Amino acid sequence: MGNKREFRIWRGDETGGDLQDYSVEVNEGEVVLDVIHRLQATEAPDLACRWNCKAGKCGSCSMEINGKPRLSCMTRMSTFEEAETVTVTPLRTFPVIRDLVTDVSFNYEKARETPAFAPPADLAPGEYRMQQVDVERSQEFRKCIECFLCQNVCHVIRDHEENKPAFSGPRFFIRAAELDMHPLDAKTDRKQYAQEEQGLGFCNITKCCTEVCPEHIKITDNGIIPMKERVVDRRYDPLVWLGSKIFRRGETPQSTANSAGKGSVVHSGARQTGVHSHAGGSGDPAAEAQAQQGVNWHREVPHPTMPAVDDRGRLPLTELTFDRAAAPSPFGDDVTFPLPPEHLNFAHPSQDDKPAGEGDKH
Amino acid sequence: MTTTTRIERHHYDVVVIGAGGAGLRAAIEARLAGKKTAIISKSLFGKAHTVMAEGGAAAAMGNVNSRDNWQVHFRDTMRGGKFLNNFRMAELHAKESPQRIWELETYGALFDRTKDGKISQRNFGGHEYPRLAHVGDRTGLELIRTLQQKIVSLQQEDKRDLGDYEARIKVFSETTITELLLDGDRVAGAFGYYRESGEFILFEAPAVVLATGGVGRSYKVTSNSWEYTGDGHALALRAGATLINMEFLQFHPTGMVWPPSVKGILVTESVRGDGGVLKNSDGKRFMFDYVPDVFRKQYAETEEEADRWYTDPDNNRRPPELLPRDEVARAINSEVKAGRGTPAGGVYLDIASRRSAEEIRRRLPSMYHQFKELADVDITAEPMEVGPTCHYVMGGVEVDPDSGAAFGTVQGLFAAGEVSGGMHGSNRLGGNSLSDLLVFGKRAGGHAASYTDQLASRPKVPVGAVEDALEAALAPLQRDTGENPYHLQQDLQAVMGDLVGIIRRESELVDALTRLAELRERVAKVSAAGGRRYNPGWHLALDLRNMLVVSECTAKAALERQESRGGHTREDFPTMDPGWRRVNLVCALDGDAVRLEHKPLPKMRAELIGLFDRTELAKYLTDEELADFDARAEEAN
Repeated sequence: MGNKREFRIWRGDETGGDLQDYSVEVNEGEVVLDVIHRLQATEAPDLACRWNCKAGKCGSCSMEINGKPRLSCMTRMSTFEEAETVTVTPLRTFPVIRDLVTDVSFNYEKARETPAFAPPADLAPGEYRMQQVDVERSQEFRKCIECFLCQNVCHVIRDHEENKPAFSGPRFFIRAAELDMHPLDAKTDRKQYAQEEQGLGFCNITKCCTEVCPEHIKITDNGIIPMKERVVDRRYDPLVWLGSKIFRRGETPQSTANSAGKGSVVHSGARQTGVHSHAGGSGDPAAEAQAQQGVNWHREVPHPTMPAVDDRGRLPLTELTFDRAAAPSPFGDDVTFPLPPEHLNFAHPSQDDKPAGEGDKH
Repeated sequence: MTTTTRIERHHYDVVVIGAGGAGLRAAIEARLAGKKTAIISKSLFGKAHTVMAEGGAAAAMGNVNSRDNWQVHFRDTMRGGKFLNNFRMAELHAKESPQRIWELETYGALFDRTKDGKISQRNFGGHEYPRLAHVGDRTGLELIRTLQQKIVSLQQEDKRDLGDYEARIKVFSETTITELLLDGDRVAGAFGYYRESGEFILFEAPAVVLATGGVGRSYKVTSNSWEYTGDGHALALRAGATLINMEFLQFHPTGMVWPPSVKGILVTESVRGDGGVLKNSDGKRFMFDYVPDVFRKQYAETEEEADRWYTDPDNNRRPPELLPRDEVARAINSEVKAGRGTPAGGVYLDIASRRSAEEIRRRLPSMYHQFKELADVDITAEPMEVGPTCHYVMGGVEVDPDSGAAFGTVQGLFAAGEVSGGMHGSNRLGGNSLSDLLVFGKRAGGHAASYTDQLASRPKVPVGAVEDALEAALAPLQRDTGENPYHLQQDLQAVMGDLVGIIRRESELVDALTRLAELRERVAKVSAAGGRRYNPGWHLALDLRNMLVVSECTAKAALERQESRGGHTREDFPTMDPGWRRVNLVCALDGDAVRLEHKPLPKMRAELIGLFDRTELAKYLTDEELADFDARAEEAN
């Protein structure tokens, strides 16, 4: 027979709740979901929890176990120490409905916004011919069971409710990648869509999504990075965008950079300088002089520019050969903080109300 | 009492209950016919049990072996169902499934490919040629995702044309229907609740398509998810429709029996198709001892011949591990009963010693991955412990084969997929259910749409019926003296698993009926603790009523049918009886009680029966039927 193990399970709803202690019988070979079912059948019949297949195939029973996003049907009790208390909480990125059940409708909204497969006009059903090697790239992404653990763990939206409208998340980046790599998909602008509408640029490749994927889909390496590399040809990268918001030495500014929301006009490639540098500590006498007079908020700042690419046309996002373990600073590694005030480019909201003519055309 | 006027109301042309393969395909068809369509999903959208199907979807496309065609598929299906199938359904299924599969590619599905770029097809138990379109071993997921994404694409069209994603097709996720509402004999709507909030919801619709799947949660060892509580079967019965073939349940021969975290989880037949063999605790490959006479011609007699088949199927007969599911399940059951089983009560399924680790990982990726992660079992290194698991119910709503319209007194009710009966006869072939979903999902959705077109007036939902449904739904919450629903479910599972399981006998079935009658009393008094918001105890309390009535149908029909055939094995009547082949057992409700009737099977058309060998027919048909067959053959000459 099994022995008693300690569990702490979050109980509550959108108005609040807390962790409750349970002492539950656990038998050899069981998973966390087995234990939750035992709790429901005994002392907590109304404990809310989603599950379906109990075989790691449907992606319903996502929750956070000891702080880690997991499928509870795939989390063996034998992975915990005998004396360890197992803490089970709902997914943090989505609003709680009750207990371990969260409102994941965000994901269904994003799914609905992602343009569907566009069948080729000239092929009737039954005439599709594709090689196995060509479908395999998309098939990797179609393994997705929509557990939304990648969405839950993505720090762009985890604890950042404000980013949700503009950001679709890893699940839908690989959906875009899947369609982009589909041999017969008739739509050709999947990459641009990912960049312009899905907020691919927010992703700074920390690979948390790949780490939690229960299907072991290489979300970052095989989905997001290829999409980023190719959109760079036409668009711009967040690192560059952020860098370009900072006044750059030795270059005549063209016009005021706008915040890079959708619809902003960005001319790429017009003024490529090769290596982009950021103003760190200042040694520029003109800038120092200006700093003495205070910040001129209406000064012109440079246009966003393309980053340097190597001879294969790829960004220097070389995670394998990078000289440090963590992700690079999104502001560029040659920037030290705090920045001198003259290099700040804070766009005061009232600036938008000013009549045009001072160089701040939007 | 809450007034019914405050219930959220929706008006639709077609309401599809169930969001698995059949439901989604039906909804797509109804929406394409221009009908305003609602999809009711008990779980989140895209989580339906269809994702569990691993092997593939059977369709005679002839991509791998050009000798395959619909006639061969039809023969295999009838053979698998032991000739009890509704022949017309088997015929439509065999003819239409290639179109339904190809159609999926236009929705974006990516099946595995042959060398010349066509959809690859794999071998499977009971299919004469490689016939199953597949995607690794996650075909069901591909199917559900493809249909889900097609629905999204239709919603995008509606957004473009009408300004609203949900203008013509809407998914009500985590919503359960507890009652169908009738205006006289005509379907007028459906009543249910949102799981999330516990709020009630009323759909007014002249046509309802049931696509709720099966009944497996009434069994102890099952591969089915919590949703499989026979809702559609029970809703149909209460609305005046009839069920057929309820005695036939498929026990998948190879479900994991150990360790407990994977108990009931299926080991796909492809493991056997790709070289896996069954061994007892003595290490003997025992399936050679269990080839029934009707199959002896098609199956190898020696291990050597069987092993040659994997590489040269044209010149060798297939290994007996690939016999239809019921035969394999029975063989395992016999071995275990004879004391040659594993400690956990199964047998060994061994692929580790027969294929290289690399090959196993390549051919069965999610199988490998699933057991490694769920149970720390490495199928490339050690044999699996498997045994029969309740997997699929062949029986279901008795429908018109062409339209999917339910028989009985009700009008405007349609059924497709596992909840409908007849297509698979007494036993379903692997791979036939995914194609069944598509073929009959499309038909049911299309016919539901045209049914609404010919209605002179829209049926009205009677107020009294809504009040009754609401009261019934709230009752378990308002009682605090009744039993815990989880205990009642365990008791029901024990009765069904122990007494109406894979091998049945009269005394046990009689006992089961007595116990089910007791359970009925207890279920009527069940009480659920807690409130209405996402309360699984309450949800189970409401589902119990459905599980119970469907279990009664199964037990009654199992007691009545005095023979063994397909998914119904009687220890006291161990052989197939041609007389019983001509009979369907039909269940209906008389008030609360299940009434059982005999009904003759429809007679197969001459050109269809002509597809079979006389010697084969002789195993199934009565002498009278055979004489009739001979007379026709004579005439034709």
